[in-house]
Amino acid sequence: MDWMAWTQPTAIFFIVIAALLITFTVLALKFPETPRIGVLRIETTRGDRLFITLLGSAFINLAWLGLVGPDTQPWAMAVCLVYAAAVFRWV
Amino acid sequence: MNKTVNQKAWFLVLPVLILVAFSAVIPLMTVVNYSVQDSFGNNQFFWAGLEWFEQMLHDDRMWNALQRQLMFSGIILAIEVPLGVYVALNMPKSGFWASFCLVVMSLPLLIPWNVVGTIWQVFGRVDIGLLGYTLDKLGIDYNYTQDSFDAWVTIIAMDVWHWTSLVALLAYAGLKSIPDAYYQAAKIDQASRWAVFRYIELPKMMGVLMIAILLRFMDSFMIYTEPFVVTGGGPGNATTLLSIDLVKMALGQFDLGPAAAFSIMYFLVILAISWVFYTVMTNLDKKGG
Repeated sequence: MDWMAWTQPTAIFFIVIAALLITFTVLALKFPETPRIGVLRIETTRGDRLFITLLGSAFINLAWLGLVGPDTQPWAMAVCLVYAAAVFRWV
Repeated sequence: MNKTVNQKAWFLVLPVLILVAFSAVIPLMTVVNYSVQDSFGNNQFFWAGLEWFEQMLHDDRMWNALQRQLMFSGIILAIEVPLGVYVALNMPKSGFWASFCLVVMSLPLLIPWNVVGTIWQVFGRVDIGLLGYTLDKLGIDYNYTQDSFDAWVTIIAMDVWHWTSLVALLAYAGLKSIPDAYYQAAKIDQASRWAVFRYIELPKMMGVLMIAILLRFMDSFMIYTEPFVVTGGGPGNATTLLSIDLVKMALGQFDLGPAAAFSIMYFLVILAISWVFYTVMTNLDKKGG
């Protein structure tokens, strides 16, 4: 594993993503759902909304880093949480 | 849409997932790890945090490459899609010439990227290339190695030459699927040629055209080999598209950290576009059938 140059923060990052994926897989198996149409006018399931959340969060973090700077980066995560809530509620 | 989705079938893709893990996921994770560290080789890494991302976001180099990339994709789409549709409309619908056209049109699609690059590299040369030599003799000042405009014209002409047939073939397939009854009805109504195109052919081609546009966009957005072989990103940085710049940074300069940050952002843009691609296609499918 040495060649992969692991660091603690990146390990935590991937563990969180893996945990999210596993959680949503279990959710999808235990509580099957009907796709719904939200503000984007496309059918989405929980998994789709998770994907939209994660991808959007990446762009939010990059935008914050580019426009505001790295010192206040945790606030970008706060924005992401609001964004995630919005996606799961309305998309 | 009252049926619940049974997600259990996803377990069937497990073998593929394992393969993809080795070919894509693990390398991608490594790139993420590189992006937050600095290395001088010898497998020694030093923590750099978000520094590379910040540096790349404020770096004109990446934005310029992105700008050139968007311009390239925009121009080739604006040429290839209308041209492809025009070619498809004028292709014979049956008989020997239909098959002949199909074979001739698919020829450029079969040629490997680096060979296409080499063909055009030689073709455009002023001293020995047919195109370059002819233009020179006609008194047109053309030199793709020194003039950025000429370089752009060359790589765009090359892409149009290589890929218009894909759009044409897809559009042709769309046209062939229109039943004759539609044309007969249009004839009874004395519809003009334009009206037939606008209200029958175009709507019926929409699905395949969407696939063509999105395929060409994705492909041109990731293009590397052809412009690299022809211009090498030059003159200067005039044709340095995203992937050319990325390879220069990662392999040429061995700036693994910044290159990793760059490639993650590049990947995110491609992922976002692919998602739009997938969503639009599946929605069209649902509307259509």
